[in-house]
Amino acid sequence: MRAFWLGLVVLAGGVHAAPAVEDTTAQRVLACTGCHGPQGRAASDGYYPRIAGKPAGYLFNQLLSFRDGRRQYTLMANLLAPLTDDYLREIAAHFAQLELPYPPPQPASADVDALTRGETLVTKGDAALRLPACIQCHGAALMGVAPSVPALIGMPRDYLNAQLGAWRTGSRHALPPDCMAEVAKKLAPSDISALSQWLAAQTVPAGAKPAASLPAALPLPCGGVAESPR
Amino acid sequence: MTTMKPTRALVRGALAVLGLAALLLALVAWLNLRGEDPPAPDDAGAPASAEQIARGAYLARAGNCMGCHTERGGAPYAGGRGVPTPFGTVFAPNLTPDPSSGLGRWSAAEFWRALHNGRARDGRLLYPAFPYPNYTRVTRADSDVIFAYLRSLPAVAQANRAHTLQFPFDQQAALAVWRALYFRPAQPEADASRSPEWNRGAYLVEGLGHCNACHASRNALGASASTLDLAGGLIPVQNWYAPSLASKQEAGMADWDVAQIVELLKTGVTPGRAMVSVSGPMGEVVGGSTQHLSEADLRAMAVYLQALPQTAADPAATSASAVAEAASAARARAAANRTGAKLYDQHCAACHGDQGEGVAGAYPALAGSRAVALDTPANLVHLVLEGGFPPVTGGNPRPYGMPPFATVLSNDEVAQLLSYLRSSWGNTATPVSALEVSRYRGAK
Repeated sequence: MRAFWLGLVVLAGGVHAAPAVEDTTAQRVLACTGCHGPQGRAASDGYYPRIAGKPAGYLFNQLLSFRDGRRQYTLMANLLAPLTDDYLREIAAHFAQLELPYPPPQPASADVDALTRGETLVTKGDAALRLPACIQCHGAALMGVAPSVPALIGMPRDYLNAQLGAWRTGSRHALPPDCMAEVAKKLAPSDISALSQWLAAQTVPAGAKPAASLPAALPLPCGGVAESPR
Repeated sequence: MTTMKPTRALVRGALAVLGLAALLLALVAWLNLRGEDPPAPDDAGAPASAEQIARGAYLARAGNCMGCHTERGGAPYAGGRGVPTPFGTVFAPNLTPDPSSGLGRWSAAEFWRALHNGRARDGRLLYPAFPYPNYTRVTRADSDVIFAYLRSLPAVAQANRAHTLQFPFDQQAALAVWRALYFRPAQPEADASRSPEWNRGAYLVEGLGHCNACHASRNALGASASTLDLAGGLIPVQNWYAPSLASKQEAGMADWDVAQIVELLKTGVTPGRAMVSVSGPMGEVVGGSTQHLSEADLRAMAVYLQALPQTAADPAATSASAVAEAASAARARAAANRTGAKLYDQHCAACHGDQGEGVAGAYPALAGSRAVALDTPANLVHLVLEGGFPPVTGGNPRPYGMPPFATVLSNDEVAQLLSYLRSSWGNTATPVSALEVSRYRGAK
């Protein structure tokens, strides 16, 4: 069947300058790159998150969540509605294996106190609020952990604010137990702003990739995250 | 000369009105009950065989029961999906064997009465968002195996959501009047002058397939003329236009090969020289229902659809001068539409081709496309704003997708773009206004 279609493409090529269409996943997912950038990158001022190079398991979980209603964004939900788990897995794997340069960081606009608070939450957490540090799950380099924990740096500030806010208000969900919802509900709006200010201002080192395994056991149970052997 | 006392006249008048009302009530009640026997109290026969359950699963696919009776990401057949109507939202109930919220306490006879007469186990009238005006044609035997299949599913305790309908549509009395006007229980009737294959196709298309639930227009009260009407209609609230299956200008298949129709229903795309793919609600139908049907049943449906009497004038009957005039007017519109041409080159040509020729097997042709030329631009607006993938099917497991442009193009730009492609490469459809785009942008 594939040969038949390709044959038709070649035939059509003789008549018009037919579009150069490849039989690849990249060609098939142009529907995604329209917003997420030509190769899965987002502009640093954009609302759409980078998807290139994120762990495949994380991307797959997000695609399922958009399709099945745990994450709310009508355009994504409608786009993914006719797609099966198998195809979504292929799409996730495609974007996960892309190695593309990251955009420059967004200069912080918050004051020093807020940035210090942001850095403290990321690296140490807040014992009084029983908040684990971000690095405990997202890796010391904050580049995420394969296969299911995403990076926290290299993303636009607006996107980080929107996601933490959505978890806090209950409009974004992960598979139960939804650890990020628990974390976000303990964060004050000023904490969310401090976190996103600090995170978006970090430079992603060249060639940075998700860590291969978690540094230690997860501080709280998280659905959809496979614990790597230590 | 005797004159009636005014009070007596009043009493007589009132009595007459009351009598008439009682007659009407009786008529409505009778119209709602005729052809309906009370379900047998206990019809539990032998337990269903594995073969019967498999047959029921297949027929449930043919009726795409799951399409409505499963919420996005929810347990299969546990209900919860809302069907938006102009009168409010009707929520599909739980069909799993859970005794409190599902069909656990139902008998096969009660299930058949729901399909055949549109009545719930407790006697309540059901809303025709559940397509019993079609399912009334389903045989008792088919109803019984579907019921056996549903009974074989894991029970899911998921409470049913109450419909959110406006007054008076939320009243059983209003529903009774609607049914008195528009619903007649029917039997599957074979047409002896037609082939068994055609008859099988009619049974599937008019009955379980409930094709005309979308492919027919509805009146102000949401009723369509008959299950035979497949002349196209705008799906209320969603505002996708389900094109006429009985018109060569729309989605009529009188000129298609049966094999091509089968292929479209089976895979969602026809890879031939003019590639066609299903989208929007029809994508759901192919993905959830027709791709799972047997070759024989798809052929039967294709034979029936191909033979539908044509309702619209044959385009070939239009005079040559009128055709030439329309073509030259369209060419002039396309040539003047610089914005549209620029937007097309920028956003569309890489996949759909400089000449709207598409790519066989991947991207539909826009030149000469009936979908592009439909009177209403509703579907085109949906497609440009929302993008989309054809359904994943066995025959098209990795479809090529189209990006959404809702966040990229303004209403005016979408209007210019659509006007351009509707008048280019031999297309002669009418221009689209920004107002129309804005109307459909708001649709769900």
